[in-house]
Amino acid sequence: MSAVVDLDAAMFEGLCRLGDSTLVLGHRVSEWCGHAPVLEEDIALANTALDLIGQTQMWLGLAGEVEGRGRTADALAFHRDVWEFRNLLLVERPNGDFGHTLMRQFLFDAWHQPMLAGLAQSQDARVAEIAEKAGKEVAYHLERSADLVIRLGDGSDESHARMQDALDMLWPYTGEMMVPDATDIALAEAGIMPDLTGLRGTWDALVRDVLAEATLVIPDGSFMHKGGKQGQHSEHLGHMLAIMQFLPRAYPDATW
Amino acid sequence: MSAEWPLWEIFIRGQHGLNHRHVGSLHAPDAEMAMRHARDVYTRRNEGVSIWVVPSVAITASSPSDKGPMFEPSQDKVYRHPSFFDIPDEIGHM
Repeated sequence: MSAVVDLDAAMFEGLCRLGDSTLVLGHRVSEWCGHAPVLEEDIALANTALDLIGQTQMWLGLAGEVEGRGRTADALAFHRDVWEFRNLLLVERPNGDFGHTLMRQFLFDAWHQPMLAGLAQSQDARVAEIAEKAGKEVAYHLERSADLVIRLGDGSDESHARMQDALDMLWPYTGEMMVPDATDIALAEAGIMPDLTGLRGTWDALVRDVLAEATLVIPDGSFMHKGGKQGQHSEHLGHMLAIMQFLPRAYPDATW
Repeated sequence: MSAEWPLWEIFIRGQHGLNHRHVGSLHAPDAEMAMRHARDVYTRRNEGVSIWVVPSVAITASSPSDKGPMFEPSQDKVYRHPSFFDIPDEIGHM
């Protein structure tokens, strides 16, 4: 009996990790709306943000259902505090310049796609169904971010330098995605979510290929930040949530 | 390289349409990115099943100042419409 309860708790946790990562990245990308370098990229970024927010509604909606305390996706998104968020540290990094935003997107997409492919094989039909739908959106995100990383990395001296800076800054935030903790292991053993260590090979191969083509150099050193999945965040997430959550917190009955 | 990206004309075939229709134009550095931009800008509301992108410079357009000689001569040539044939009733609507 206790094993069943534990698995539900692990599943709630695992679904929050997925939904919080798509929520935080979706919000970050939406910060570009009206500010991108050209109209076409502005719309492309807004599309990506909306895809991610749509996936958030599904992941957090299912999380609330699994939790069984009546919390909706909106309640989880807007009425939790920063330490309750389970997103990866990578996605809460500030946007920086356009190249920085795209590098962050690429490093996440390269993980997100194989992760969703694994989730599409989930023993839980609800998880598999969400992953199936999100997978098509994310295949396009990856195609786009990989292409732009290559174009900008292998572009002008300035674009190359900016992309290399972005890679140097963001690289230490990539390890967390593929290092499982007890929750990840329990979910993998139950066949609900994929084994995170199994994603490493796909991620490595793709990232190394694209960065090589982009003439960018992967930084030395193996230090990796971790803790986002367990609720230990950088100072940036709180500031982001203060803006994102202001309206529903200040006006709890507001509808729009 | 020019600072401005070249212009591309975008044609989309809709869900039920048989032919591609011109929907607008956008800027992109090359055809591949024009295709991506077209997808992002013009198919957000499920408008299309196929996209063509054409460099705007590849289009030769008729000149607005030639409108008179180009088009007016056909205005009074109603006999060019195939509407002067007697069609037997049993053929029905054509």
